Amino acid sequence: MSQNVSLNAPHKFVISAHNLTKKYGDFTAVDDISFDVPAGESFGLLGPNGAGKSTTMRMIGGVSQRTSGTLTIMGLDPEQNGPQVRAHLGVVPQQDNLDEELRVRDNLIVYGRYFGLPMSYLNPKADELLAFAQLTEKAKSKVDDLSGGMKRRLTIARSLVNDPTILLLDEPTTGLDPQARHILWDRLFRLKEAGTTLILTTHYMDEAEQLCDRLVVVDKGRIMAEGSPAALIRQYSTREVLELRFGSARNTTVAAELQGIGERTETLPDRVLIYAHDGEAAMDSVSQRGLHPITSLIRRSSLEDVFLRLTGRSLID
Amino acid sequence: MSTVSRTTTTELTADGRPLGALYSGNIRAVISRGLLATKSTNWLVMVSGFFEPVLYLLSMGIGLGALVGSVAGPDGRPLSYAAYIAPALLATSAMNGAVYDSTWNVFFKMNFAKLYQGMLYTSLGPLDVALGEIFLALLRGLLYATGFTAVMALMGLITSPWGLLMIPASVFIAFGFASFGMGITSFMKTFQQMDWINFVMLPMFLFSATFYPLTVYPEPIQWVIQVMPLWHGVELLRELSVGVFSLATLGHIGYYLVMVMLGPVLTTGRLRRLFLR
Amino acid sequence: MTSKETPTGGGSVGSASPGAEQDGGGSVEHAGVEHLGAGHAGTEHAEFQWHSSLKVPHPPEVSAVRARRYGSWYFAEHTLRVMRGYALSLLMYSVGQPLAYLFAMGVGLASLVNTNGSAQFGGVGYLTFLAPALVASGALMSATGEFMFPIMSGFKWRRTFYGPHASPLEPGQIANGHIIGVTLRILAPTAIYFGIVLLFGAAGGPWAWLTIFTATLCALSFGLPLMAYVATIQTDAGQFAIVQRFIVTPLFLFSGTFFPLTALPLFLQWIGWLSPLWHATELGRVLSYGYAEPAWLTVVHVLYMLAAAVAGWLLSRRIFVRRLGK
Repeated sequence: MSQNVSLNAPHKFVISAHNLTKKYGDFTAVDDISFDVPAGESFGLLGPNGAGKSTTMRMIGGVSQRTSGTLTIMGLDPEQNGPQVRAHLGVVPQQDNLDEELRVRDNLIVYGRYFGLPMSYLNPKADELLAFAQLTEKAKSKVDDLSGGMKRRLTIARSLVNDPTILLLDEPTTGLDPQARHILWDRLFRLKEAGTTLILTTHYMDEAEQLCDRLVVVDKGRIMAEGSPAALIRQYSTREVLELRFGSARNTTVAAELQGIGERTETLPDRVLIYAHDGEAAMDSVSQRGLHPITSLIRRSSLEDVFLRLTGRSLID
Repeated sequence: MSTVSRTTTTELTADGRPLGALYSGNIRAVISRGLLATKSTNWLVMVSGFFEPVLYLLSMGIGLGALVGSVAGPDGRPLSYAAYIAPALLATSAMNGAVYDSTWNVFFKMNFAKLYQGMLYTSLGPLDVALGEIFLALLRGLLYATGFTAVMALMGLITSPWGLLMIPASVFIAFGFASFGMGITSFMKTFQQMDWINFVMLPMFLFSATFYPLTVYPEPIQWVIQVMPLWHGVELLRELSVGVFSLATLGHIGYYLVMVMLGPVLTTGRLRRLFLR
Repeated sequence: MTSKETPTGGGSVGSASPGAEQDGGGSVEHAGVEHLGAGHAGTEHAEFQWHSSLKVPHPPEVSAVRARRYGSWYFAEHTLRVMRGYALSLLMYSVGQPLAYLFAMGVGLASLVNTNGSAQFGGVGYLTFLAPALVASGALMSATGEFMFPIMSGFKWRRTFYGPHASPLEPGQIANGHIIGVTLRILAPTAIYFGIVLLFGAAGGPWAWLTIFTATLCALSFGLPLMAYVATIQTDAGQFAIVQRFIVTPLFLFSGTFFPLTALPLFLQWIGWLSPLWHATELGRVLSYGYAEPAWLTVVHVLYMLAAAVAGWLLSRRIFVRRLGK
């Protein structure tokens, strides 16, 4: 129904970042990154903690000042026109920053007031958002009395009060249980269908694969690769991965004997990974060499493998 | 969720408002948030701010007053000790309230409650937040000042109709301190640094001719104290309480006028540092 | 290096089965050396190994015995280490505050009191009269902070009491440890305060130095009941501001600090009788310049403060046990 939004506005980038850099003293949190996001796209920043994802998000929201580079949101510089830009944004920060002095429903109303929205709109909107977040029963509760998952849902509901053009989600599902995550993914998918541009940071591969049309892999403030999840996996990994565990003392020594099986091997402290198009065949070769791992597992390649390939490190330490 | 299909505005044009980067003209939202939050505040906490100077007045005015007797007022005529210290206590209370609200309160909401992070991700700018918070602080100061002035009247410590002007004057004093306080907070990063604020406030309270006339000091020390803002506030309110004015009155008012003009400039200049790190 | 590597013990990784030891003894040892010696330098992935060369120097039973014996002191160390974070502020206050108060009140205000007033202060100057009261109230103020915020933090804000509670320490020892730490922390600035009073020449008597301890006792007699109360607080609703303004400030102002209690009308004097600060102040005056009061009253001062401190201590321990055990 509204998929044509992005088609109707070709080459109109709602976010354009060029050579974006942010330094805190000697530390470079974001190091010369560039990317463009067209309207209606779901764009992901994937990387470990400390990669510079949240800082990038904060600069997009105009609440952190860049050290150098250019950044435009819907054609405007968020530093020069912060209020005007943020009127179009919805933000879910990494850490919930709900107003603990206000009750649950008042959090939504008051947040809407910050956008100058009238009560005639906010009253029904607050009820709608409470239903969306499954918090209708809790409308009058204190924020302090909510569980972690409930607070997260309230934060997400709050970010939608102004019906944002661009929704920034910083680790949206961290701390949610699996069921709550799937519900949230469903809601985000519907927002995307309605034409909302989603900017998402995550260190969950499955989340990135589910939600992102396109993503950049970031590490130490730099972009390591860019593309759709499927394309990145095609480019940087094989179809399947064979995971072998020989016990932590032996993985390194055994790895030498695995040379030549599959396309590539990676030795991690707790396991050895063999990248191969056919995992079964690779496993057979391992057995033929007389090696018997304690456990073995064949799985499909994921973005985790892409990250490992690009940085030599695991995504979650 | 209603899935309304979005109109295709992907390009904005700057609205060219003055201070557009910092200000959205929506102070009201910040103020109404503050008023709503007071509903969840313990009313005793609110009331306690009023009681503090009253307790000092009772203790020092009555207890110490019994020993001191009377002191020379602004025009040289003797004044009961309670009448002498009451305006000073009001000025101190205005300073304390304004400084607390614009420093510790801001520091806490910024770094611990993370309140401002949420606010600043909306179309509010930092100047909206700053002005809204200062307004709330002054509103509270106004209530306390009114209450304290009423207590003074009840104790028979106001002898001139000019005394009523102590209420707006103490709000004026509070504005002077609050407009500087936020700018100063922008330089602070840790609790230890915040402690320095108290460290400056205590001697200012004790030495600014609050409990005894300035003439007690040797002349060089008198000069130092006359540079400090609180002394001017104390003197201004003291003169108002008895309705006796001199050229110095203009000096005191002038001092705060300068503060009120410079403070917001400093604070506005530091807003990015304070809120947009 | 081929057939030898076939694992004998299946999945038993950590437990060195006798077979493996005999069979591949050399290679196991070699692997161990590699982990220690190579320092993981050449390898690309950070290799975190749960093989440590450090052995716990004594068995768990010994830890338990030591914790039972010294646990309170272990937690006191924690409290003191936390205070190191704001040691500079503490030092500033412990020097700056006495100077400010002694100059402003003891010298500045004294110029009014000594001229207008009379021999209200038992024949000594206002500064001498004031000094013991200031020392005691300084200690009381410090105690107020240290028995409010860290307690709330321990149970609620940062839950720092729950960590040690999972160690061999007992809840009562956590309470004790905090009390020990704070007592030491109050003694130090109180001694500095007294030293500055000496410099002002405001403590003549040979027993004046004892005010360091009576002031600290005063701090505990107010602080420990306060600690017990704070330990019961479940939700933070501004109680601290209320304690500060409705209890601590009145204590400071109506305990005969700046003027003899008798200068107040009778309907305000009762605050002083109940106030540990009044008892400490009067006691301090007896000790530092031989203020004349009946001997029984001096005994009452000491007993009153001791009783309040002990009651607060026992109550705190009980509440700690109950709350941490929940």
